Amino acid sequence: MKAICFYFHIHQPFRLKKYRFFEIGNDHYYYDDFANDDIITRVARNSYIPATDMLLDLIKENGKKFKVAFSISGTAIEQLQQYVPEFIDKMKELVATGCVEFLSETFSHSLASLRDIEEFRRQVEMHDSMIYQLFGQKPKVFRNTELLYDDEIATWVAGLGMKGMVTEGAKHILGWKSPNYLYASASAPKLKLLLRNSKLTEDITVRFNNTDWESYPLTADKYMNWIADLPQEEQLINICMNYETFGEMMPRESGIFDFFRALPKFAAERNIEFWTPSEAISRLKPVSQLSVPFPMTWSGEARDASAWQGNLLQQEALNKLFSVAERVALCEERSIKVDFMRLQSSDHFYYMNTSGTYAFSPYSTPYEGFTNYMNVLSDFIVRVEEQYPLSIENEELNALLTTIRNQANEISELNREVTLMRNNIIKDDEKPLEEKAPAKKAPAKKAAPKKAAPAEKAEEAAPKAKKPAAKKTK
Amino acid sequence: MKALMFGWEFPPHILGGLGTASYGLTKGIYQNGDMDITFVIPRPMGDEEKTFAKIIGASNTPVAWRDVNWDYVQQRQGNVMDPQTYFDLRDHIYADFNYLNVNDLGCIEFSGKYPQNLMEEINNYSIVAGVIARTAQFDVIHSHDWLTYPAGIHAKQVSGKPLVIHVHATDYDRSRGNVNPVVFGIEKDGMNQADHIITVSNLTRRTVIEKYGISPDKVTTVHNAVEPLPDDYLRIEKTPRKEKIVTFLGRITMQKGPEYFVEAAAMVLKKVHNVRFVMAGGGDMMEKMIRLAARRGISDRFHFIGFLRGKEVYEMYKNSDVFIMPSVSEPFGIAPLEAMQMGVPSIISKQSGCAEILDNVIKVDYWDVNEMANAIYSIISYPAMSQQLHEKGLDEVAGIVWKKAGTKVINIYKRLVNR
Repeated sequence: MKAICFYFHIHQPFRLKKYRFFEIGNDHYYYDDFANDDIITRVARNSYIPATDMLLDLIKENGKKFKVAFSISGTAIEQLQQYVPEFIDKMKELVATGCVEFLSETFSHSLASLRDIEEFRRQVEMHDSMIYQLFGQKPKVFRNTELLYDDEIATWVAGLGMKGMVTEGAKHILGWKSPNYLYASASAPKLKLLLRNSKLTEDITVRFNNTDWESYPLTADKYMNWIADLPQEEQLINICMNYETFGEMMPRESGIFDFFRALPKFAAERNIEFWTPSEAISRLKPVSQLSVPFPMTWSGEARDASAWQGNLLQQEALNKLFSVAERVALCEERSIKVDFMRLQSSDHFYYMNTSGTYAFSPYSTPYEGFTNYMNVLSDFIVRVEEQYPLSIENEELNALLTTIRNQANEISELNREVTLMRNNIIKDDEKPLEEKAPAKKAPAKKAAPKKAAPAEKAEEAAPKAKKPAAKKTK
Repeated sequence: MKALMFGWEFPPHILGGLGTASYGLTKGIYQNGDMDITFVIPRPMGDEEKTFAKIIGASNTPVAWRDVNWDYVQQRQGNVMDPQTYFDLRDHIYADFNYLNVNDLGCIEFSGKYPQNLMEEINNYSIVAGVIARTAQFDVIHSHDWLTYPAGIHAKQVSGKPLVIHVHATDYDRSRGNVNPVVFGIEKDGMNQADHIITVSNLTRRTVIEKYGISPDKVTTVHNAVEPLPDDYLRIEKTPRKEKIVTFLGRITMQKGPEYFVEAAAMVLKKVHNVRFVMAGGGDMMEKMIRLAARRGISDRFHFIGFLRGKEVYEMYKNSDVFIMPSVSEPFGIAPLEAMQMGVPSIISKQSGCAEILDNVIKVDYWDVNEMANAIYSIISYPAMSQQLHEKGLDEVAGIVWKKAGTKVINIYKRLVNR
């Protein structure tokens, strides 16, 4: 018996508007609303909505046997809510069938897993709580940006309480092994790994409409035969693809929808089931552990992360961005936090890759993409700096903030004590308030400063440390 | 295969880009092997490199019979040309040109520059070409730029061999639309008579097709390339300084778009202060530019340093953080490639021919001052930008070699000869 685990990915970044350097420090709105609206509306109309209708039909026709998984980035959800709210309703309808599992991922399709564990955690928590609010599911299987994976990321993901993770079945990692089994991570053995079958995925996502391909035209019958003909022990076939494959990357005329509609029927004939990732994890035992020392992804010939951090431009942009991560975490201002998330989207860095393929890029060259991004980032850093000058060390700042917070706690505690004492006084002597209260209040006031003395000292120390630092920035 | 080339300039005595390009291309053709090239120039000085082409000077070619002996010829012009060539040429004088101003060897004197009587020199050059075409052995004729088109046409009429003309620039580029009718006439005549036309960019190719009405199948683009730099240029040290330098280097004329550079500089200076702008070169718009910089209030940061020669040019490149060429119309534009060879990040206008082959430069529309300023800001503010352009630029320009251009030209020759 075999099973296919379908998993679809939806992501749209907040594309940046043309942002010239004159605007640095003046204009704090970074997004190209027109392009974002235009693209998501188009993609939803061509792809997301008809594909979801198709899945709804398939689930209705096949009872509860047909199942799929989704990962939707937070930035995509935000844009869908704003521009195509009807799609969110459709997804809710799909979720109500009980045949859909949501995967966990970073909120903004972020590259944080390459740089910053704290930010990575915040992103995942933010994403998962959004999924919970909208669809009522708490994701238990993780999917990283571009299927990025290495041993370190695995430990982080396991630390988030995830049971499993979807990643690439890269040849240089697997060697002679097959991706069609359940594996476990070598660094976090409790974390199960589902590996994408890149050949069977790309038959659909890349080669499907290629008339030069020897297997053209691909039919559901033929496709299911390939899967049925796999060795008996290979039970789990993970097909992970961009949801846009339906109707956008593969146009409707290619017959992609009809192909997919026919899959469950031919699967049933060959006794092939459909599982969600969680189901696969609970039903299978991992056959072995995989160790991945260097980041791998689902992209490029080498399946590495070079498309996002392969050149100087990308490294510079990533370093600059994450250099302020700690400070942003300390910031209270919501707009700073939101912009920080959105600036992490992997797409911005992909636009800077110089390997020659600029698919989806709104820029004509990687240099243009870099310049625009850095101008935006410069403005963003100015805003963060206005909150906390960069000349203060992170640790020092942390200490100061802790002091301030401790003081705030202490003050509120003391206040509570004061009110408590006042109430006690009132209770103690039931006599008229006007006479007693002012007399009793004074000692209470005196008592408070005594207790707060250490806090006050800290307060004195704090501005001293702050002032010279502030001068330096001028 | 044997080619007879007509050129106007040849290193080391050059006045513009034409000489460098003709020289590079000839060398590139030679490097492909199995090519025998005779290169005719108006007035050789004797210090030209003769390893890859046989050089014939128009001012050393007799057009009127003089009874001179070997020793005399050797003494008069042996440093420039083998006396035997003189006697071979003398055997092929085809008419009596004694009415012309000829010297004791029966040769016409040429200046080899761009004198007042340029049209007369062009005509004389064509007369000489008749003698050479009757003497030399060749399968194809190749004329570089309009000055030598009449010579090429003459050689074609004499020999019946196919003529290739090489368009390094057209009068449309030089005059921004206000063409000189005489020059246009010579250009048009050359293009009509040519069996094939080579242009240095697709931009020029379009001009040839659209403005001169030439059939597209007769016009092929062969982009220019660069010679590797000599070691003493590569060894030039950068003077350390805190300020960034943005450089414009070229003739200060309408064609080069200097006013856009001044405007972009003014914008950048509103935001950044540790940067200086340099305009090197001279030209008829220089005073206007000085006034414009003053009007924008940036004269303290905008410097006019005049003409640079030879090594000075490369010292300027080396000390620049950004090189900029905002040309309104540039058939090819070799300067950015030279800047890249020196490792300088470059900004060029999309209206430059070299933009067609360069990836690791910033390309902007010449009129888009905002974008130009944005690009300057990016390179001087973000170290990765500058570093990436520096490294990738060096790699890229190292692959732009004349040998490849030579191969393309030889293929065109073969097509014409085997027709």
